[in-house]
Amino acid sequence: MEAKTKILAEDGKQEIVITREFDLPVELLFKAYVEPGIVEQWMGTKVLKLESRQHGSYQFETTDPKGNKHRFNGAIHEFSPDQKITRTFEMENTPFGVQLEFLKFEKLTDNTSRLNMHVVYESVAQRDQLLRLPFAQGINMAHNRIQDILGKLK
Amino acid sequence: MNLRRDPFQAIADPTRRAILLLVASQAMTAGAIASNFDTARPTVSKHLQILTECELLKSEQNGREIYYHLNPKKMKEIADFLEPFRQMWDARFNKLEAVMKNYQPKK
Repeated sequence: MEAKTKILAEDGKQEIVITREFDLPVELLFKAYVEPGIVEQWMGTKVLKLESRQHGSYQFETTDPKGNKHRFNGAIHEFSPDQKITRTFEMENTPFGVQLEFLKFEKLTDNTSRLNMHVVYESVAQRDQLLRLPFAQGINMAHNRIQDILGKLK
Repeated sequence: MNLRRDPFQAIADPTRRAILLLVASQAMTAGAIASNFDTARPTVSKHLQILTECELLKSEQNGREIYYHLNPKKMKEIADFLEPFRQMWDARFNKLEAVMKNYQPKK
């Protein structure tokens, strides 16, 4: 089966493109990025602030399984309903810096749409570090799981 | 973090990527690998050392010669490193889709 979400990360470039087609009208897809209550549901975050307008800003907060809170925020540069959001994204208290995100919402049919997320990082190194984050976490999680299992055997 | 042991750092270099491509088809000695490059032999040795340190290459002594060959396990790890990132977004977007399919607009 072909993957629904595609990532294009070319070697040596400081950007990535994430694309995804949805079984949703573009208006509903866009709404998922705008309404705080909905953002909370699919992102699994608490929305502290979300000003969906040009020159607006946002701040979200997630709680990890250990109970630690992580905040991330950004400023909205461009806001065109059902079409485009240009914004920055930054994880607070991390060395990863700011990234620039261009979110393009595209109508395919009345009931389908496509999201094109173009992310530009400060450097190639920073991009590669961030891309590897879930990979590294996956390895850690596997280790923790092994430890859990071993712990129960004692 | 020791960059020398970081396989991603290792494949960032074009010569090292070329070396990996070369030995992908067959195990080769350092001399045979070096003969494919204009760079000085010690430079190629350095590259081989880095690739071996980060386990992308394995070396095997065969008589007087040392043969280098690919470590497919490590190479697969690198090829797959984007997959968890993709899966993370895929899971988020699946959720978005499910949430919005049940969405009831406020009257």
